[in-house]
Amino acid sequence: MIIWLTIIAAGILTYATRLSFILFYGQIRMPYMMERALRFVPPAVLTVIFFPELLINDGDIILSFGNARLLSGMLAILVAWRTKNVIYTIVSGMLALWILQYFFS
Amino acid sequence: MHAEKSYQVLYPARNEFFSGIKAVLPLMLGVIPFGMIYGILAVSVGVPANVAQAMSVIIFAGSSQFVSAQLFGLSVPAVINIFTVWVINLRHGLYSGSIAPYLQKLPTRWKWLLGYLLTDEAYAVSIIHYQQEGDDRNKQWFFLGSGLTLWTIWQLSTAAGIFLGASVPTSWSLDFTLALTFIALVVPGIKDRASLGAALSAGLVAVVLFNLPLKLGLLAASLIGILVGLLLERES
Repeated sequence: MIIWLTIIAAGILTYATRLSFILFYGQIRMPYMMERALRFVPPAVLTVIFFPELLINDGDIILSFGNARLLSGMLAILVAWRTKNVIYTIVSGMLALWILQYFFS
Repeated sequence: MHAEKSYQVLYPARNEFFSGIKAVLPLMLGVIPFGMIYGILAVSVGVPANVAQAMSVIIFAGSSQFVSAQLFGLSVPAVINIFTVWVINLRHGLYSGSIAPYLQKLPTRWKWLLGYLLTDEAYAVSIIHYQQEGDDRNKQWFFLGSGLTLWTIWQLSTAAGIFLGASVPTSWSLDFTLALTFIALVVPGIKDRASLGAALSAGLVAVVLFNLPLKLGLLAASLIGILVGLLLERES
């Protein structure tokens, strides 16, 4: 029972967050500063999610050539920058990871 | 050629709907493995199969479902679980603010529907579409097409993961597709010094603050990144 209440509450909060400005735009006036800040939301927020995936393993920062995820991620960043193509980016990153893991382990 | 032109003029809504589906399809390469891994993970930490699937419908936000399932496995108090999901999904409020100006003329039932479908991926392709020049009157159908596609694929892939259970070996490292998807979404959008500064500072702060409880480091890092972007923009 408690597990159901938990996901329903979490779901309502998530839905309310998504609806907030869509439903109340104009009524809750957005400050000018915030409007300018919105341009930086995708680069800042999305990077926050993937950087730790590349650099952190079991709670520790790993900055070495032994970090297969970091190397594969750097290759994927290069591919994304040159091709702007989602599929090339994911495929090249996964192939790099598998090859590196094969050699390092 | 002529037939296709008149089709677009006659059925602009349908045309937008299918364009939305087409735009979001490449992103499924990251979404499908992620959904499957979520399903596998949830079942393996002891979340009942029906609850794991219900989370995909009720919460419908991958990273937070992932974390929430792990918290269920660790038996943390419900309040902490709920708060953690909310913090991880706060970024959707920023998406909401960013896309709201384009949805204002829509009837309320459209707003409720599109609000439910506002995910990372649907936002990413729809905001680009809205920012392009052209007739804005039917672009909600593009959003609906991309959002419904993502919703359907997410439900099916989490169901597949739940069904597969623990039979996919972790040595495949399929969870890495999450990071790769975000790289593919972020990197092409970095076009000047300010957005590069926002991304780099946010990412580095996120790594440094990673061990803060409740993923609060993620929120702090996002805000710092946005601030750095604003400062760099004012300089230039």
